[in-house]
Amino acid sequence: MKAMLKIEGLTAAIDEKTVLKGIDLEVPAGEVHAIMGPNGSGKSTLGYVLAGREGYEVTGGSVQFRGEDLLAMEPEDRAAAGLFLAFQYPVELPGVGNANFLRQAMNALRRKRGEAELDAMQFLKLVRGRMKALGMTEEMLKRFVNVGFSGGEKKRNEILQMAVLEPAFCVLDETDSGLDIDALKIVADGVNALRGPERGMLVITHYQRLLTYIVPDRVHVLLGGRIVRSGGPELALELEEKGYGELQQAA
Amino acid sequence: MASSSRQPEMAVPVMDGAVREMGGAPMPLVHPSVAAMLELRRAEEGPEWLATLRDRAAEAFARLGFPTRRNEAWHYTDLRSLAELRFAAPERGGAARLPDGVADAGAPRLVFVDGAFRPDLSDLDSLPDGVRVESLSSLLAMGGGEGRLGALADAESGTFVALNTMLADDGAVITCTAAPEAAARLHLVSVGRGGGERPVAFHPRHLIHIAEGAELTLFDSALGEGAYLNNTVAEITLGKAARMTHVRLQAEAATGFQVSTVFAHVAEEAEYDSFVLATGARLARNEVHATLAGPKAVAHLNGAQLGDGARHVDTTTVLTHAAPNCASRQTFKSVLSGASRAVFQGKIHVHQVAQKTDGYQMNQALLLSPTAEIDAKPQLEIYADDVKCSHGATVGELDADQLFYLRSRGLPLAEARAMLIEAFLADALEAVRDETLRAALAAATAAWWARAHAEAGA
Repeated sequence: MKAMLKIEGLTAAIDEKTVLKGIDLEVPAGEVHAIMGPNGSGKSTLGYVLAGREGYEVTGGSVQFRGEDLLAMEPEDRAAAGLFLAFQYPVELPGVGNANFLRQAMNALRRKRGEAELDAMQFLKLVRGRMKALGMTEEMLKRFVNVGFSGGEKKRNEILQMAVLEPAFCVLDETDSGLDIDALKIVADGVNALRGPERGMLVITHYQRLLTYIVPDRVHVLLGGRIVRSGGPELALELEEKGYGELQQAA
Repeated sequence: MASSSRQPEMAVPVMDGAVREMGGAPMPLVHPSVAAMLELRRAEEGPEWLATLRDRAAEAFARLGFPTRRNEAWHYTDLRSLAELRFAAPERGGAARLPDGVADAGAPRLVFVDGAFRPDLSDLDSLPDGVRVESLSSLLAMGGGEGRLGALADAESGTFVALNTMLADDGAVITCTAAPEAAARLHLVSVGRGGGERPVAFHPRHLIHIAEGAELTLFDSALGEGAYLNNTVAEITLGKAARMTHVRLQAEAATGFQVSTVFAHVAEEAEYDSFVLATGARLARNEVHATLAGPKAVAHLNGAQLGDGARHVDTTTVLTHAAPNCASRQTFKSVLSGASRAVFQGKIHVHQVAQKTDGYQMNQALLLSPTAEIDAKPQLEIYADDVKCSHGATVGELDADQLFYLRSRGLPLAEARAMLIEAFLADALEAVRDETLRAALAAATAAWWARAHAEAGA
């Protein structure tokens, strides 16, 4: 099957310090891949590089997304092309209403794709259904984006954005961090609801826990900026048991 | 300064070519543009009190001249670009139309073109009961205005007030006795028309009185085209427990100058609630002098100034607490792009008698480019011992993490920046409770951003 996301020999640096040292990874449409690794292995860097955050300098390699050169695109063009990054630390936007933010983002994407914009009524109808599924109260739409949200609320808000914007490919960066088990299940249900034959996902996580609920097709272990092992979902269980120590010694 | 030692009280800024001597007798050194303004004074046909007022104003103007940066109150605003121009008096009458872009405030409208009242463009049919409106020109023609014109604005207080007092021939004279339930609203529109051989200067003088217990919402918008100076002075008195909401939109032509000086005298339990949005003019100075004159009086002086290109915008406030138990709130926000500059000078002066004063002042600036600049000067002068006065200032730029977050959701850079600018201004604009007017200000903000963004070519 043709890869939706194809990463080849990707190297990247932050402040001239090389963090990604040659990543090769292919994720076909319809599959969920997990990236696991200890702190400092380059997991979040990979997510940010894919989304196009400033300050992350790509020093080599390439990323093809749906046949296009992802790294040549501005962040908003990557979003329009169908890429979505659920942030590990969602950003607070004081003064920006959650509903307004979500509607403007959705309409910006629709404009770029040549689709008609949604008016406030159409938008509300759509978003209400999605919120209910995520166990979110409508009051959260009226608040400023992520301001005063608990850790769990912030993560749910990320998944809500994902559910409303319906990206072709989702990168989830430590979406499980800071969630209790109930919130984790809700978030996982939200993610699973988006799985489908047309959509790819890259789930970045430190722990196996999340992968009990979002069962991946493939698991890759990231260590010291390289993928050192790949396998099926059983690899996650193995790591949970043995930890990263053995692999770290080998690497 | 050859002659200044003989007549120090007539010393004015000296420019080359300004020295005129006649028959060997030293003349006061007058800046050519000051001389040009003095020449615009017409022979006074009015009553003696008015002639005296004008004489004294002319004398003060000649003596004060255009302030230079050595003058502390004008240290951050360089007036040379204004002072080098030779202004003409505007031609009165003639065809004029209301320009596009005048916000519909849903209120009776008084229109002034180059400072002159234009009944043909105004719409006063639905003037609410308890609101009396006339033009200053007709008031003066009827021999009225004594004791009212100049009651608060002393020509000695500064060059532009002196200039206005010398030349003001029209303006709005508003008396409001309408009860709060009447929800009386008015819209004052100033249209500047440059485009002639010489830039024109006009000097509207508004006299506004809100009677005891009465309430008025006044929307004051200024726009125009070409090169001109709009030198407005407003004298506003609020009687006991009166209330005035004064929302102003300064959207003057990019080649225009505006100097606006507002004097507000707020009596016991009265409230003056003002908001100024400045988006236009090549150089603008908004000066507000509010005096809380009776116990439990309240003043809100809020606003936002938006700069782009090489524009200069200055807000200067002087808030005087002259009675006990009064409260004042000031929140000003500046958003500056390009090489624009903003000034915020805010002085809170608490008299000894003004115990239990509650004063608050906040000035925040967002710089969108490395060449934009803000100068901020808060000043507290407190002579009472039981007061609560605070002030603060912040300067920052757009947050890179917030911008990235918005862009990662598909918002183009310009839209993401606009959203964060709007968010920055949101809590200031919230102070405008009139929804129609708040919407008009939001539209003006959006129009400013469209222009600033286009200019920046980003």
